[in-house]
Amino acid sequence: MADVIKKATRESYGEVLVELAEEYPNLVVLDADLAAATKTGIFKKAYPEKFFDCGIAEANMMGVAAGLATAGKIPFASTFAMFAAGRAYEIVRNSIGYPHLNVKIGATHAGISVGEDGATHQCNEDIALMRTIPGMTIINPADDVEAKAAVRAAVEIDGPVYLRFGRLAAPVFNDAENYKFELGKGVTLRNGSDVTIVATGLMVAESIKAAKQLEAEGIDARVINIHTIKPLDKDIICKAAAETGLIVTVEEHSVIGGLGSAVAEAVTECNPVPVIKIGVNDEYGHSGPAVDLLKEFGLCADNIASTVKKAVSKRK
Amino acid sequence: MDATTKKQLQTIACKVRMGVIEGTFNAKSGHPGGSLSISDLLTYLYFAKMHVDPSQPEMAGRDRLVLSKGHCAPALYSVLAQRGFFSYDELKSLRHIGAMLQGHPCIHTPGVDMSSGSLGQGISAACGMALAGKLDNTAYKVYTVLGDGEVEEGQVWEAAMFASHYKLDNLIAIVDNNGLQIDGPISEVCSPEPITDKFTAFGWHVIIMDAHDFDSIEAAFDEAETIVGKPVAIIQKSVKGKGVSYMENQVGWHGKAPNKEEYDQAMSELNAKLSELEG
Repeated sequence: MADVIKKATRESYGEVLVELAEEYPNLVVLDADLAAATKTGIFKKAYPEKFFDCGIAEANMMGVAAGLATAGKIPFASTFAMFAAGRAYEIVRNSIGYPHLNVKIGATHAGISVGEDGATHQCNEDIALMRTIPGMTIINPADDVEAKAAVRAAVEIDGPVYLRFGRLAAPVFNDAENYKFELGKGVTLRNGSDVTIVATGLMVAESIKAAKQLEAEGIDARVINIHTIKPLDKDIICKAAAETGLIVTVEEHSVIGGLGSAVAEAVTECNPVPVIKIGVNDEYGHSGPAVDLLKEFGLCADNIASTVKKAVSKRK
Repeated sequence: MDATTKKQLQTIACKVRMGVIEGTFNAKSGHPGGSLSISDLLTYLYFAKMHVDPSQPEMAGRDRLVLSKGHCAPALYSVLAQRGFFSYDELKSLRHIGAMLQGHPCIHTPGVDMSSGSLGQGISAACGMALAGKLDNTAYKVYTVLGDGEVEEGQVWEAAMFASHYKLDNLIAIVDNNGLQIDGPISEVCSPEPITDKFTAFGWHVIIMDAHDFDSIEAAFDEAETIVGKPVAIIQKSVKGKGVSYMENQVGWHGKAPNKEEYDQAMSELNAKLSELEG
């Protein structure tokens, strides 16, 4: 097997900000003392005059971003998902969401793959929190190519966007030459008729692997990548529900309020079929190497494949 | 300040106070006390200081005001109505279903520069506006009005740190120091004092001002304009409920609307004041 290139989506984020700065003179970047980790440090180095460190003060950073946006700037406010969506939730809701300001939130270190830092920094709730804000667009890209395209798409729309990036290097499976990002559109990565695996972010590559394992066992699984969690591509989900009759969602996030919930909400309205949710099961994470944690919490191809297998056999 | 200008401002401020009473009475809710304590301030800013144009509320180079103590929206709305951003009649439907004027300021209302009301947030947005002004080399000023209870919010001090770090001398924060918050005197609830020392310690230039004396107000803002390289905090010593006898210094009038009898009395007092000024 050829070597797969791996790259953390936070790295892609930092790099594409530099590319965008030329095209968008009003683009500015804010961080809260995490530039080295969120990778906005790459931007800071290239455009120090357009980079503003807010110190360890995320609430104020979100408010400053809002104020900058009222004056025509395109601020990217960056910190870990825990602080962007968690600590600053109410500021994002009232100062960015309610006035519908053109602020882009670059949230890195989402999910359990934060690893050794442990539960306090492993944000498995951000998608749930951001989904409740009217008018908030939420994008959770799966790899380097998609992450860069997602940031570009975020700049092009006028309104608040929550971009979710990971710490862990993720396999790059999209082809940079031919990839086209369509905001709000799911991507069918593999056709299948027995079951649909709906995945997002880091779990997309694992789901493709799982589908291959399932194929060897005679299960024909469809794989859909949902990079835009809000607005959700209900059409692709409802079509999958109708055509495969069973959905398994996979996300590096709590099973409460995230992709699984969004998919289940859509399916119950259009074509109720079982929706099995793979994610973090209403519990906190803990310290450990990211890859080991992902396995422990079932966020890996093996568990996806066995869960799908179980669900398919139960249906039969 | 010359006598004519002062009298003009006093007259407008009196009308602004009438609008506050009109709005909260018709809404049967709202916050008259703190609205009355900033009525002179907002009158001065919108009629003697700020570069704004009611026919172009979103004009790029305008001065901006963020009412961080957003619950005092009746005063902001009343002054915006006096300044011609919208009709005085809008005040009569304040807080009603379908009305333009929301309980707390909304950015989509003409003349309102930022949605606010969740305390502590407005000053951060004001910092962002001031930073944008610096980046664009535009001369506009950003004013933000905070409550003295509001400065108990931690975010205010995050913003205070940010403003001085980035030398936002185009930012002026006015703290409405009327000494009262919902649960009682600020000194008894969970004292934020000494507010002046705190702003000084955070690197701001601090000015004390009498909130109900236009000479003092003018002197404070004249001094603020001379400050280079640091943001300015004006601590305005005010009287909650100023201008309506039974509301003055009464914590109970923080968030309560006047009934018909109280409305009549307030309007009669303000009308008497107006006749005196116009007479």
